[in-house]
Amino acid sequence: MNQMLLSRKAACNIHGQDSSYFLGWQEYEKNPYDPITNPTGIIQMGLAENQLCFDLIESWLENHPDPAAFKKDGALLFRELALFQDYHGLPAFKRALAKYMGEVRGNKVAFDPNRLVLTAGATSANETLMFCLAEPGEAFLLPTPYYPGFDRDLKWRTGAEIVPIHCSSSNGFRITKPALEAAYQDAQKRSLRVKGVLVTNPSNPLGTTLTRHELDILVDFVVSKDIHLISDEIYSGTNFDSPGFISIAEATKDRNNVSHRIHIVCSLSKDLGLPGFRVGAIYSENEAVVSAATKMSSFGMVSSQTQYLLAALLSDKEFTDKYLLENQKRLKERHDMLVEGLRRIGIGCLKGSAALFCWVDMRHLLKSNTFKGEMELWKKIVYQVGLNISPGSSCHCDEPGWFRVCFANMSEDTLTLAMQRLKSFVDSGDCGSNHDSGHQRPRKTFLTKWVLRLSSTDRKSER
Amino acid sequence: MRIYGEEHPNQQILSRIATNDGHGENSSYFDGWKAYEKDPFHLTDNPTGVIQMGLAENQLSLDLIRDWMKKNPQASICTEEGVSEFKAIANFQDYHGLPAFRKAIAQFMEKVRGGRARFDPDRIVMSGGATGAQETIAFCLADPGEAFLIPTPYYPGFDRDFRWRTGVQLLPIHCHSSNKFKITQAALETAYRKARNSHIRVKGILVTNPSNPLGTTMDRETLRTLVSFVNEKRMHLVCDEIFSGTVFDKPSYVSVSEVIEDDPYCDRDLIHIAYSLSKDLGVPGFRVGVIYSYNDAVVSCARKMSSFGLVSSQTQHLLASMLGDEEFTTSFLATSRTRLCGRRRVFTDGLKRVGIHCLDGNAGLFCWMDLRPLLKEATVEAELRLWRVIINDVKLNISPGSSFHCSEPGWFRVCFANMDDTAMKIALRRIESFVYRENDAAVQAKNKRRWDEALRLSLPRRRFEDPTIMTPHLMSPHSPLVQAAT
Repeated sequence: MNQMLLSRKAACNIHGQDSSYFLGWQEYEKNPYDPITNPTGIIQMGLAENQLCFDLIESWLENHPDPAAFKKDGALLFRELALFQDYHGLPAFKRALAKYMGEVRGNKVAFDPNRLVLTAGATSANETLMFCLAEPGEAFLLPTPYYPGFDRDLKWRTGAEIVPIHCSSSNGFRITKPALEAAYQDAQKRSLRVKGVLVTNPSNPLGTTLTRHELDILVDFVVSKDIHLISDEIYSGTNFDSPGFISIAEATKDRNNVSHRIHIVCSLSKDLGLPGFRVGAIYSENEAVVSAATKMSSFGMVSSQTQYLLAALLSDKEFTDKYLLENQKRLKERHDMLVEGLRRIGIGCLKGSAALFCWVDMRHLLKSNTFKGEMELWKKIVYQVGLNISPGSSCHCDEPGWFRVCFANMSEDTLTLAMQRLKSFVDSGDCGSNHDSGHQRPRKTFLTKWVLRLSSTDRKSER
Repeated sequence: MRIYGEEHPNQQILSRIATNDGHGENSSYFDGWKAYEKDPFHLTDNPTGVIQMGLAENQLSLDLIRDWMKKNPQASICTEEGVSEFKAIANFQDYHGLPAFRKAIAQFMEKVRGGRARFDPDRIVMSGGATGAQETIAFCLADPGEAFLIPTPYYPGFDRDFRWRTGVQLLPIHCHSSNKFKITQAALETAYRKARNSHIRVKGILVTNPSNPLGTTMDRETLRTLVSFVNEKRMHLVCDEIFSGTVFDKPSYVSVSEVIEDDPYCDRDLIHIAYSLSKDLGVPGFRVGVIYSYNDAVVSCARKMSSFGLVSSQTQHLLASMLGDEEFTTSFLATSRTRLCGRRRVFTDGLKRVGIHCLDGNAGLFCWMDLRPLLKEATVEAELRLWRVIINDVKLNISPGSSFHCSEPGWFRVCFANMDDTAMKIALRRIESFVYRENDAAVQAKNKRRWDEALRLSLPRRRFEDPTIMTPHLMSPHSPLVQAAT
């Protein structure tokens, strides 16, 4: 077939699915670990899923058979739901979602259901916002490292561009004012008109939350440049440690005349572990954005039966209170298990307080401090060690040697096994480390110091 | 372009797409919907309200689906019988979709076509309803500024779905009542030439079969003409077959999938089908759209794009079970078709009694009603004037042909499957009264004109009050003009 007969979008690879992030997935799919049927298979640690709290939802379902089986008002309800295709969404669901969003943010802010736009997952929400806010060729600034899927979600069909805000390990990958300005200048040099900044908070892949200071400088920046700020807060319910999570909504509630620039993206895929249900939302005080985005949501709405189920689930305050607490507790336990397991191998992480993964520092294991070195190490970890983890380069990290490692999508036993495999690998000296076993003590000290330095900067923030 | 102008000087500039009318909702055609929403008919609460006849929904067989669900609680992941699957399903976000779901959809599509075509489950790609399917297909096949040809009249939603965010154009292939709106080779050539002369690159043709708004199915010859045309011109053929399961009468349905099965010369890379369960099953709320392409590159690209509109795994799981139940689907399709056929007949018989005819239709959830004889003049303005009378005085929300880009004024799409029998009867009564009122008014107007003309004559007035004297604009069941109109 003549490729010219398809669109340019079909023929290009901006969807990014040829990147290493996705290649690791493919390798996993060819040889997936299973404790019984394939114990030497690849363990999936590249999937940011929350599989720790299904039992809580299952037990809620068992205790609430009515919404589950459309039993309320009998037959009529099924019919209404089957026919319900109003892109404004089921009012009960939007009310429940708005209430839940408030709860996740410690009720420090309240959300108006009428400012919510339902979308088929955060994937759709982010793309829709780009269609609303940017022309083809215009740009959004994103702090690096960032979620690899953004290359597809923000750029592919919209024609928008991403210009990186470079963040570095020297300050724990925090966003700084100079970095913002530099990114803006980069865009100017490339003749790209900047329409906004997009941040993920809590961060993917860092697993950290933005400080109040970072939030303030972001808001000041977008005001000064007269641009938008999108805050992707899909991990908001996974904050398990101090410092706590501060939503952009909270950070801006006392500021005048900024709300029309601020747009929040939510989802239930991470907090509640329901990625299959495709539940995303845009929240904005900008009526024009809500209006345009609502019309665009026709291209990816949430199934009415799913809205109905989740309306009941999320309206149950007793459940949501209990769930949020238990979820945080389990995530912290699992996170700490991974961090400790890595520490014993002499591997440190950026100190994280949220999300479903750690940002792991394997720079000392590189043969050379280059992305080529990172790729070599990554391939060894995937093929020899049998762990699918995500290399920092796939997240557009500026520094080689960082990897995102997920911990919430497997059992404790599997995590333990993963650590054992990694330990064997590191101990064997087969990685690119320049240090032989005689130098292990200095390396450990270096790591300990570095981890402590990072954690002390965070101690200042309040929960 | 600033949104709010001077009153909100700090309002952010949104994109052109966000601020233009590409979504189509500012069209005056939504006035009918607005009238309905302000004053919706309800048998007991608002019996004089506007009856919604502008919504192509299939509400006649939901009881069958509901009954199936009651008998099959394990199909829901939320019931006691089905909750053991909850975790696996809630966690399943693979854009390939549940294998059982794809298999069931392929099976169902085969059954709808009487087994005359085979569908490969690996080519089934999900989308956010047919709305999402059409947009994704446009993104895959055309660049901004390029065009697809589309026969008129066509579903107005295509203007949004195919064009809005994609920047692709839709150019009409004009069809006429003189040959029952069939697509002709000549019309295809004309549309194609016109595009070429305007230096617009045509990437394909988009057809809907069964047709919305006509309610007819395409014959094999027309399909072959289309297939030959696209092969000759090296362009795509996109067939929207979302009403394929609503064919309730002869001639029997012929899908493009059947035509290419026995055409060795067709380049299958050019053929794509859009499908949905919203019409056949009557479940638009579940947002189940399908792209079925015979082109591997399109399947691959569309699948990646499906991330933007996947079907909820809860819904996939339910439908995998339901559509996998062959006994159910066979019986559902048969019953649904019978009910649709019966309902259409009740409606068209009622219309015939007052001299209103529809295009002969064998599918879909609507009739293409011919009100040309009621127009004062054959113009769009007259059509819209009549339309407003029908909305505001007759209190029926029907859709004017001009909203479907029909080139002949006077046709209206009227939906019949989205209401119960009582509402249908009331709608027919209102139409009846309206036609009689129009007849009376026309007679009186004519009488007045003749009386004015005949002032000098001493003819008894009584003669001109005879209601059987009709003007050519009106129809009566006995007028010879009625036959001529169809």
